[in-house]
Amino acid sequence: MATKKNNTIKLKFDSARNLAPAPESKSAAKIDQQYDLFINGKFEKPQSKKYFATINPATEEKLSMIAEANTADVNKAVVAARTAYDKTWKKMPPAERAKYIYRIARMIQERAREFAIIETLDGGKPIRESRDFDVPTAANHFFYYAGWADKLEYAFPNRRTEPLGVAGQIIPWNFPLLMAAWKIAPALACGNTVVLKPAENTSLTALKLAEIIQEADLPPGVVNIITGAGATGAAIVNHADINKIAFTGSTEVGKIIQRAIAGTNKKATLELGGKAANIIFDDAPLDQAVEGVINGIFFNQGHVCCAGSRLYVQESVFATVVRKLKDRLETMILGDPMDKNTDIGAINSKAQLDIINKYIKIGQQEGAEMYQSSCTIPKKGFYCRPTIFTNVAQSNRIAQEEIFGPVLAIQSFRTDDEVIEKANNTPYGLSAGVWTDKGSKIFNLTSKLRAGVIWANTFNKFDPTSPFGGYKESGYGREGGLHGLNAYVNII
Amino acid sequence: MIATKTIPDFSLSPHIDQVGIEERASRFTKRSIKNETKLHGLMLALNMIDLTTLEGKDTEGKVKQLCYKAQHLHDAYPGLPTVAAICVYPSMVKTAKAALGNSGIKVASVATAFPSGQAPRDIKIRDTKYAVQNGADEVDMVISRGKFLEGEYNFVFDEIAAIKEACGEARLKVILETGELVTYDKVRKASDIAMYAGADFIKTSTGKISPAATMPVTLVMLEAIRDFYYKTGKKIAMKPAGGISKSKLALHYLVMLNETLGEGWMNNEWFRFGASSLANDILMQLMKQKTGVYQSANYFSID
Repeated sequence: MATKKNNTIKLKFDSARNLAPAPESKSAAKIDQQYDLFINGKFEKPQSKKYFATINPATEEKLSMIAEANTADVNKAVVAARTAYDKTWKKMPPAERAKYIYRIARMIQERAREFAIIETLDGGKPIRESRDFDVPTAANHFFYYAGWADKLEYAFPNRRTEPLGVAGQIIPWNFPLLMAAWKIAPALACGNTVVLKPAENTSLTALKLAEIIQEADLPPGVVNIITGAGATGAAIVNHADINKIAFTGSTEVGKIIQRAIAGTNKKATLELGGKAANIIFDDAPLDQAVEGVINGIFFNQGHVCCAGSRLYVQESVFATVVRKLKDRLETMILGDPMDKNTDIGAINSKAQLDIINKYIKIGQQEGAEMYQSSCTIPKKGFYCRPTIFTNVAQSNRIAQEEIFGPVLAIQSFRTDDEVIEKANNTPYGLSAGVWTDKGSKIFNLTSKLRAGVIWANTFNKFDPTSPFGGYKESGYGREGGLHGLNAYVNII
Repeated sequence: MIATKTIPDFSLSPHIDQVGIEERASRFTKRSIKNETKLHGLMLALNMIDLTTLEGKDTEGKVKQLCYKAQHLHDAYPGLPTVAAICVYPSMVKTAKAALGNSGIKVASVATAFPSGQAPRDIKIRDTKYAVQNGADEVDMVISRGKFLEGEYNFVFDEIAAIKEACGEARLKVILETGELVTYDKVRKASDIAMYAGADFIKTSTGKISPAATMPVTLVMLEAIRDFYYKTGKKIAMKPAGGISKSKLALHYLVMLNETLGEGWMNNEWFRFGASSLANDILMQLMKQKTGVYQSANYFSID
């Protein structure tokens, strides 16, 4: 065996990507032709009389028609929520509230397979992720907050709490069911009632959740789920009888919401964009760090607000890390999200794919060096190859702006102080990652990085008991854990 | 031949994050292997087996039986591959070599005071030479774990190099006995030492200590092989041994191999399973694929 020059050595992974199809069965989930608004415990036709189509981004085929709620529909939902709040939910003994929340959690678990399939069909994420992450974590959030409902006096020792009233909740398209769970569970546990609007292109699992809520016999009006696009969201935000707005989405819309509620006594929690820095030091366990970087940016096609979209690698291991990343990229299976082996599914929408492609072009124009996996892309549907950029400057737009797709910008650094400064040099501050074998370095960095969540030697780990939220333009307020209760109570 | 001229500082071997490596290893088990991929994988796994008998009570008769089995795994299923090798004690090498004839199946012999390795170096060298002189194509040596744990890395390195020399043309498998090294950091360091000292294969276990091969340990070793390959251009083969007795697990190992080292390693020159009961489980699965029903274990010969 001849010894070749190192730069000519290349491992081949084609056969690792070409496995026989292992598709999950579509028939295990039932999707109706048309979905109405869930108001006051019933599915009702929208007063707007309008419906819009929701499609499968992996095939561009229509899945169902979804009702569009107008101002009158929003008002009806808010009135239902107010009535339920005053007449039942507020007065109900907390332990009773807990039983309902617990029941919802159990029913999500029982129908987990159906939820996972619909989440994947509607949103394009790999079935492995919806099955192993989205649905179980959503159920866990309900379980967790069910436990808090009758223990609020321990959450806020020596204080009394009261619910806020009606919460208007607007959630994004990247984790449709999970975000619904993050919003609904703590609101109910604290005694609030809810008007929730899912994103217009991923409404199905929220509507399935409405079916569960109906079956769970939750008192009518406690949770109302209404569908529609931006105008529906605006009607919720501007409704005079809503006490609290909880929003997860883009920083741009977050700013609009903040302007809209200025001068009212509505409370708000905003969970907005991010441009997280993942930092690899030369003493880090490199193969595991590479794996963390891959999960950090390619999980859910990079549609994650806390995605590790900027990578900083210490100069002495830069070449090794980039080589390892490229090899790992080659083994990722892109394709039908319903296939159990798919690692990277479909981009959520045509509009999002256009944005991602725009940034990929910008990156190339800025002089960054692009590397994409050599995988093939299905002819139909919205897909984007996993992409990494090297030779990136801090001033490049791909290193500054949130892309919300499978695109990673890699830079090198020399010293700890330099990387802290660079990592903090962003308007966002949602999350960050530190990879090193040295505990003291972890503590030094985690105390200086300005981000709401900082992972050490791991990334994208979520647990209902752990708070999540941002610094700076990544929003304010915390969801999850004990902190998540704070956002839904008045402390007296 | 050692492809590298410079020997690295083994105290700088990469560290392994336990949580991370175990998570990565479990990710391979999520792959769903179906239809033609499964069939191909099962055939390949069968062809990668070092069919093993390493018992004090081994006799020539037993070894002959095993050699016959190696060539005729299950004649009711035409077109099956043979196993890669028969793995025996040095005293049985001659018998195995004669029984296997020109079947192409290799004879691997354990050596160097297997399984403990607690013998002086000259005896280990004689043990190795005896096996090779009797016709062993491959030698499975054990490292001196005691010396390794004492931090005597030079001793371990020199010993492997000496055995490699004694092997001559035979390929050398270096057993790290990972169950006695305990941490992933140590497994990585031992892998690096073995490869730089001249190992052709690195192998997890003797099969006499529990735990034997596990997926995370094997992954640590595969990643060490990958780094070594990029540094030197020299391919090193891998052999997990002990505890792999089910087809499904064998397929998970192959997925891990394919996604870590790629196609170049997906054959029995570069990967082996050290196993005694895996073959029959694979045969059972293959017959199930062919006939649609499971057959009882009684339909498959034990030796």
